[in-house]
Amino acid sequence: MALNTLDTRQVVAGIKNREFSAEEYVSQILERIEKVEPKVNAFVTVNKEAIERSRTIDKRIRDGEEVGPLAGVAVSIKDNICTKGIKTTCASRMLECYIPPYDATVVRWLQEAGAIVIGKANLDEFAMGSTTEFSRNGTTRNPWNINRVPGGSSGGSAASVAALECAVSLGSDTGGSVRCPASFCSVVGMKPTYGLVSRYGLVSYANSLEQVGPIGKTVSDVVSMLNVIAGGDENDHTTASGKPAYTLGESKGQRVGLVKEFIEGADPVVAKVIHKAVDTLAGQGCKCEITSLASVQYSLASYYTIATAEASSNLARYDNIRYGFDMSPEGYEWNSYFAKARSNFGDEVKRRIIIGSYVLSSGYYGKYYLKAQQARALLKCELTALFKKYDVLVGPTMPILPFKVGEKIDDPLKMYLVDIDTVVANLTGMPAISVPAGFAEGLPVGLQIMANEFQEQTMLDLAYSFEQAAKVQRSPEL
Amino acid sequence: MQTKIGLEIHCQLTGAKSKLFCRCNCNYRGKVPNTNTCPICSGLPGTLPLLNKKAVEFAGMISLALGCRVPDEIAFYRKNYFYPDLPKNFQLTQYNAYSITSIGVDGRIEYSDGKSARIRRVQLEEDPGRLVYESGSMETSVYTLIDYSRAGVPLVEIVTEPDFSNPIDVRMFLDKISSIIEHLGVCDTKLEGSVRCDANVSVGVGNRVEIKNVSSFADVEKAIRYEITRQKTMTSRDIEVKSATRHWDDARKVTKESRTKEEEQDYRYFPEPDIPAVVLGSEFVSSAKQSMPELPDDRKERFVSKYGLSVHVAHVLIDNKQLADFFESTIKLYSSPKEIANWIVTDLMSFVDERQKDQEQLLFTGLKIGPEHIADLAKLVDQGVVNRATAKQILAQVVRTGEMPSHVAKKTQSGKIDDADALALAIEAVFVAEHTAVKDTKYNPNAANFLLGKVMQATKGRADPKTALEMIQKKLKEF
Repeated sequence: MALNTLDTRQVVAGIKNREFSAEEYVSQILERIEKVEPKVNAFVTVNKEAIERSRTIDKRIRDGEEVGPLAGVAVSIKDNICTKGIKTTCASRMLECYIPPYDATVVRWLQEAGAIVIGKANLDEFAMGSTTEFSRNGTTRNPWNINRVPGGSSGGSAASVAALECAVSLGSDTGGSVRCPASFCSVVGMKPTYGLVSRYGLVSYANSLEQVGPIGKTVSDVVSMLNVIAGGDENDHTTASGKPAYTLGESKGQRVGLVKEFIEGADPVVAKVIHKAVDTLAGQGCKCEITSLASVQYSLASYYTIATAEASSNLARYDNIRYGFDMSPEGYEWNSYFAKARSNFGDEVKRRIIIGSYVLSSGYYGKYYLKAQQARALLKCELTALFKKYDVLVGPTMPILPFKVGEKIDDPLKMYLVDIDTVVANLTGMPAISVPAGFAEGLPVGLQIMANEFQEQTMLDLAYSFEQAAKVQRSPEL
Repeated sequence: MQTKIGLEIHCQLTGAKSKLFCRCNCNYRGKVPNTNTCPICSGLPGTLPLLNKKAVEFAGMISLALGCRVPDEIAFYRKNYFYPDLPKNFQLTQYNAYSITSIGVDGRIEYSDGKSARIRRVQLEEDPGRLVYESGSMETSVYTLIDYSRAGVPLVEIVTEPDFSNPIDVRMFLDKISSIIEHLGVCDTKLEGSVRCDANVSVGVGNRVEIKNVSSFADVEKAIRYEITRQKTMTSRDIEVKSATRHWDDARKVTKESRTKEEEQDYRYFPEPDIPAVVLGSEFVSSAKQSMPELPDDRKERFVSKYGLSVHVAHVLIDNKQLADFFESTIKLYSSPKEIANWIVTDLMSFVDERQKDQEQLLFTGLKIGPEHIADLAKLVDQGVVNRATAKQILAQVVRTGEMPSHVAKKTQSGKIDDADALALAIEAVFVAEHTAVKDTKYNPNAANFLLGKVMQATKGRADPKTALEMIQKKLKEF
């Protein structure tokens, strides 16, 4: 069996028991990358130091030293998460030459746990998009059908896992950016509760909404990653203190609510797979019923208002004065230089900066931004009440199947609509996970499971039970 | 025509040690440009602000000292605008338009007898970086250098209501503010650029003009005076005073119109998502009050009641914390508060350069004087070793050389004439010369003092006045 197909536990066990070396494993991963990248295009940068790192792990094992819980595991990192000494471009011209002088907390913790950063994964520019088409590095392709989009914005992360180019990946989820590509690529992707995982070193798109999230082939992979990256960070005031430890266990008799609005809005072929998934859960002893989340109707408008408002301010720093790309200031005064440099953002990013600047402008703040925050509070209120009745809420992660590359790229509104099921978790701060549910027309469908704040264990238990029962295929032939 | 003046004072919390949102040192002065930075204060992608709790405490103390209400909860807002000295192209500050989020509101401070000004708000924010113009001025520079070493230094902005009507009041108010923040130990006001002041001036029904770029409190007074005259002149000629921002030109001592803004800038304020609201509560206020050092007004009161100083002398001492501290150090060495206060306020201050008083510089720069000198001098006078006139001459020498006054007194043998014979001789001579005055003493007791003055003159002040007077009175009785 090729080493690149192993899951996290198998890799760590194999290396620790010296069945194979970390170097052999990483070499096979690099070979795989070389082989499939021309088709998939999941990476922006491959880490040249990876082999060197694997040798260090091997030496430590030979010397009988302690190695971490992710010893030797190849992990890809979304290219909006800072890696010291490795370019972090956010798939943007604006950060074409940017090499961070520090590691994001999650990257530091992963490396301390023995993981090896194999490369930086492709994304929509500054994580703004749902297809990974808005990337300076070209579109990432869906490993199940390379004419289809892999989802986004963490498309490179999900595709690299599905294409067996790494064991696990770190993505970021602002409005569904981990779960959407996980669903489209038939892998497991999770957005933790807001504040569970440090954002220090995650290049901000919309601070109040986003979390770094793990992507893996299995729920087990995701739990292994989460145990390393979760916990309070002194460099992020918005993290909750403490260091939780999650386990892999099956659930018994959980109360499951299938959200009517989510299933009704979905493509019938997708809805069919989800109904079948709910039957599977019922067969596992879950008490399933249909429920309603009425304020979902405000979620997209609220999400795009808040996200673009925060983005317009977050992205103001990219003026090419301190870092960025090569552009001489000769012949410009400040304002014209700013304008010229900032014209290098991609269209989607420009669109969101303009919308965000508009909703924050004086006279409109109350009409848009404050209204959006009110809708957000309402949604959270309603969801909190629902979690008194249900342990988890389920529905499709994506309302549609992975579509063709280029299909929606010229219609931003249609593109924004595909986020309808995922933004709820970001607006309310609650955790959500996408687990492969099956296929329709040969394309993956993901089941989304949401739980109440910091109830990750409940959510993971259900995800694991479902995964064990449903046995959905993970990696395609490539 | 009514003149209205409002102030915005920016004061760096140099005592907070580190910057407002990162662990960098807040002392950037004298460092190689752009070395006092880290990923956070240089606004690198992915960094998050970490709030400096000490700065919040200091800002709370300032608010309380200015009589402000401190809310139970404070928050930070982003003020968005593009400027090269802002690493993130937004400034983290506080904002009260939607709800009160700033550390202090609605204060009032008395700055001279019966005069007070209202404080609209006190807010905590980050200092931007420093722009260095290659030629020294914005207008003539071909390029501009940016030093981010200052970016992120904690800054407290104190905004007053337009409660001033003349520049002298403004000056008194600023001296008071300066004294308060010095006493709180939150800001070293002597450091260049640590306290900056913008003024808003309007005359009659005219528009408000903002004056920026004023580097010292003395210049604030001058700039306002100039601006009032300018606006009054315009109004008298029926020229409309337009709402504008003007810069103080230190070289020409005039205000100059800055490049005009075509439209009101929209800062697109919104709450900073990365800093959760900071809950202060009543505990914060009580602990801030407890840890607050003695404020100028209390200190003045103490100087009057404990040491018996006059209100005027106490005021002069307190207005400049350095003087007050100097006074207290001196009386620790030799406990004669009234005498020492007088030496400091009247005699020692006469040696201080006027310009230094203005620039809030180290007061005794260039003077070789310390509390030990004044203590020694006061002791010499109290013990009758030298008289006051001689002591003044000694002080003039001491400030130049740094010698101890007792040493100088011995060296110049300026000690009093204690030889009774020599003194008797001098008195004898005066009695002969002033025989009319001697006769007058029978009707006019003050004539004795006149004779004493003559004796002192004859002995060049070296006679002990007390002994001399006794001898004069004795001699008069012999008549």
